[in-house]
Amino acid sequence: MLISMPSLLSLATSVMCIAALGALLGLLLALAGKYFGVDDESPLVKEIVSLLPGSQCGQCGYLGCADAAKSLVDGEVGINFCPPGGRALVDELASLMGVDARELGELAKPQLAQIDEKLCVGCTRCLKACPTDAIVGASGQIHVVLVEACSGCKLCLSRCPEDCISLKEEKLSLENWAWPKPQLLSHAAALE
Amino acid sequence: MNPSLVHCGPYAHDGSSVSGIMMQLCLALLPCTLFAFYIFSWPAIFLFVVCCGSALIFEAVCLYMRGDSIKKIADGSALVCAWLLALTLPPWAPWWIGITASFFAIVIGKQLYGGLGQNIFNPAMLARTALLITFPVQMTSWYAPMPFADAASPGFFQALALTFSSVSPEQLNIDAYSGATVLGELKTSLGMGLSVDQALQSVDNSFENSVAMGFDLSRALMGFSSGSMGETSELMVLIGGIFLLWRGIISWEIPVAMLAGVALFSEIAHLIDAQSFAGAKLHLSSGGLLLAAFFIATDPVTSPSSRSGKLVFGSGCALLIFIIRNWGAFPEAVAFSVLIMNAFNPLIERYFKPRVYGRLPNKQALPSMSSFELAQKLQRQK
Amino acid sequence: MFRGLLNLAAVRGGVHPHSHKDRSSALQILKAPVPKRLYLPLLQHAGEAAVPIVERGAYVFKGQLLALAPSDLSAPVHASSSGHIVDICEVAAAHPSGLTAPAIVLETDGEDKWAPADEGAALTDAYSEDAMTLANRVANAGIVGMGGAIFPAAVKLKQGAKHEIKTLLVNGSECEPYLSCDDRLMREQAEAIVEGARLIRHILKAFRVVIAIEDNKREAIAAMQAAAEPYGMVEVEVVPTRYPMGSAKQLIQQITGREVPAGARSTSVGVLVHNVGTVYAIYQALTRARPLISRVVTVAGACIKRPRNIEARIGTPVQDLIDLCGGFIDKAEVLLLGGPMMGIAMQSTEVPIIKGATGVLALAKHELRREQSSACIRCARCVSACPMGLLPLDIAAQIKQDNFEAAADYGLNDCILCASCSYVCPSQLPLVQYFRYAKDQQAQKHRAAKKMNLTVSMSLAKQQRLADEKQQKAEEKAAKRAAKKKTRTRSKQALHENGIKEAKADSTQIGEAKVITEKTAAEKEITNEATTREELAHES
Repeated sequence: MLISMPSLLSLATSVMCIAALGALLGLLLALAGKYFGVDDESPLVKEIVSLLPGSQCGQCGYLGCADAAKSLVDGEVGINFCPPGGRALVDELASLMGVDARELGELAKPQLAQIDEKLCVGCTRCLKACPTDAIVGASGQIHVVLVEACSGCKLCLSRCPEDCISLKEEKLSLENWAWPKPQLLSHAAALE
Repeated sequence: MNPSLVHCGPYAHDGSSVSGIMMQLCLALLPCTLFAFYIFSWPAIFLFVVCCGSALIFEAVCLYMRGDSIKKIADGSALVCAWLLALTLPPWAPWWIGITASFFAIVIGKQLYGGLGQNIFNPAMLARTALLITFPVQMTSWYAPMPFADAASPGFFQALALTFSSVSPEQLNIDAYSGATVLGELKTSLGMGLSVDQALQSVDNSFENSVAMGFDLSRALMGFSSGSMGETSELMVLIGGIFLLWRGIISWEIPVAMLAGVALFSEIAHLIDAQSFAGAKLHLSSGGLLLAAFFIATDPVTSPSSRSGKLVFGSGCALLIFIIRNWGAFPEAVAFSVLIMNAFNPLIERYFKPRVYGRLPNKQALPSMSSFELAQKLQRQK
Repeated sequence: MFRGLLNLAAVRGGVHPHSHKDRSSALQILKAPVPKRLYLPLLQHAGEAAVPIVERGAYVFKGQLLALAPSDLSAPVHASSSGHIVDICEVAAAHPSGLTAPAIVLETDGEDKWAPADEGAALTDAYSEDAMTLANRVANAGIVGMGGAIFPAAVKLKQGAKHEIKTLLVNGSECEPYLSCDDRLMREQAEAIVEGARLIRHILKAFRVVIAIEDNKREAIAAMQAAAEPYGMVEVEVVPTRYPMGSAKQLIQQITGREVPAGARSTSVGVLVHNVGTVYAIYQALTRARPLISRVVTVAGACIKRPRNIEARIGTPVQDLIDLCGGFIDKAEVLLLGGPMMGIAMQSTEVPIIKGATGVLALAKHELRREQSSACIRCARCVSACPMGLLPLDIAAQIKQDNFEAAADYGLNDCILCASCSYVCPSQLPLVQYFRYAKDQQAQKHRAAKKMNLTVSMSLAKQQRLADEKQQKAEEKAAKRAAKKKTRTRSKQALHENGIKEAKADSTQIGEAKVITEKTAAEKEITNEATTREELAHES
């Protein structure tokens, strides 16, 4: 006899143990899939929409913020798709989606609408178009953009009959100037 | 004034520099190095030159290959590293030991980690340990000191042959006494079942005719004993260490914690069982403990930056030295202990930070006066 | 229980830079002549810029109010001399960026005439007035922290009036190298400073006044001791010479043994700190009704021929002061406003002296920190130099990777930017610039997030308003139809139209109200930020 009885017994025990373990884990996996599984991605889309500016400006090329959020989840656009959102939004999306925001490098500077006072006729069309009520003025008077409320969505641009609205980077001032990152000048490099 | 360049303060500086620190370290190493040259004569000098020279070449090659400027070699970090390494090698070791060691230290221990300031392990100790394990015979061939004054000491050409052609001193007809270090002898004797006293007796016997007669504290301090190049004279190391402390290159925490720790642990063990454990006096004055406490464990790159962290690091080293010296396979434990504590360094850095001003040790803000008073008021009302 | 243990901790860290004060402190304060033109920046304080109330071409008297403070956190600007307003335009700002900032340009007539009304204005005894009146007077005098913190002094006084203040700490430590303006002021105006301190004590109802002076200013200590002699509650305390002893937090720790809790103000430990210059200005305002129109400025550095202290009118171009000191003897490598540790580099000599300007330093290359840096060797000198108990090397390493959150976790927000770490760094790393960069990035992110919240809420408000309007219109149509069916009278229609107008007005009001609440919230936050900034800033 090649195999003794006790060793056969122990073989059988171990096979049974492994089988039982496999069955148990399989069951757990199935249950987990049932209870913790995500049927659709709508919660994530919803969460992203709640982070977006919500001005439905369409600068990203989609019809509205919800569409854009969906395409972000589908991987069609990067987390820096929303210019009005700026760095803050990118950081939040990065932490939500688990990506490293630093890899994107420098973001485009936020743009602001600017009305050329010489050309403005006071037609109030841009006022109506502005999703954030950032343009103030009355009929027949020159309109002014409130810098702190303008999201740079460009919606007013096409409405202006005089073509007097343009988007410009925020002017550098003492308030928004920031220290640059140190450019390390190595001792050796400086010697050369 | 360059308008395109944004200046940022501070505009004042204390004038310190990395190369300045390295230079002072070299200066501090000078006494024990010169003393080592004196007692181990020409072969030691050759080994030192080989070690430092090859390290500088390795450093330059690495800097070049990493696309860095070769001029960075002037910061002196490679020199200090190789210098320390040379001091931990057996003084009469052959040339290839020196070159292999500096290759390990500079290329593997330092540059592969990203160069200056990036390594986890002390490069010198890494190299010494690697060599000790790969070439145990060469790395434990100790010879009794043969000062220049000694007629038997090898001459210039004899020494050249000794270092560069791998012949043994016996082949060159040099009357060298090979023998173990005090710690080595102790380990062997204790392993044979002898007591500490008997072991020390045998240390005595093995050096019967040499300058270093037995274990004697004053002699250990002076350093006429066999051992690594720089570790024999405790006095010379101490001079360098005190110089570093005075210049503020090192802080007191690591040396004090390490020396006090070893002294404490070994003295307690000695009191419990005098026959199996040597006392603090012997442990403090033998091996590379002092050299490590002042020059190696204090390596800023691989030791903690906070005061509490340094104390933990130093006492950790001490505990490991005590354990390995008494129960480990090797008689000397300093290199292993420092390397192990180097591995723990990130963890120590993580958990031992100084308390921030205005915060409790758990990082929460201190209770403000008003809430404190409020609490007092409430108590009074009760 | 914790407090007892923690109070034992003395001031940690710090550095001992070479003082370089001997040359400038040897000479008496020189009263600068009236310059041809004065450039009075509208933003010389921590809060919002002041709003000009004078027109181009107007004649103004010395001390006349030129620009109003839009909020409590801001400070008004007064004419430093008499003359005509030439322009309100952008001039070079005292700022590292080299940008310009709006300022009132005043062409002086050389007569230096006070307003006739001010000339003989008799003041009631300040000690009989109540705290708020006095604090308002300080606010109207445009006084800000003159040690460089530029935080409105009145805000501190009002804060102090709300808390129980045990100690008024008059900061005469002046720990920055080169600067000796406080030293000279204490020697020459000791009585006025003590009197000012007593007035502030009266406002705060503080127990005692401690005048802290570093032990390297023997004459100042002697003068202040003599002046404080008659008053029991005014003590002169000599503190060791160590940078940054003049930082409010460290000075409080030195004097009271208490640490200011993180994120809290010094008032929370019952202390209020004022710089000696500020105290002197408050004295001038309360006893002589003088607004803040001049200050003592140290002009020093190896490139200045005769370094000395000058009492200069606010708005005097830096070049004028340098000329008064004999001009440059060498081309200055860096021109600084403030001390070498925390001061900022100016891009031109046209920058006007502002209220917070403690010194103008023209430094030669040999006085400067090298700009080339090498790798960090983790020598931990920065750790032992940090007075806040931080690990500058680790914070900088995180910032190098743009890990701002990790940097904040390492205590970036506790950093007071004292630059001790960079001063001792053997690798000459620009640690402070790393910290400034990270702090600015955080601030910008904060600002962007705030703006986005605002735009989101505004766009939601507009959507809501449009929906409401639509509903109104629908209702109106339905009502019209019903009305047509029932009565068909014109009068009722008119009534409806009125209703619609009102509704429209209502909805716009809602939108506006939302904006306003947002704005006040934002302002409040700015207030908090500004006050913390004040705590962080130096008083030296």
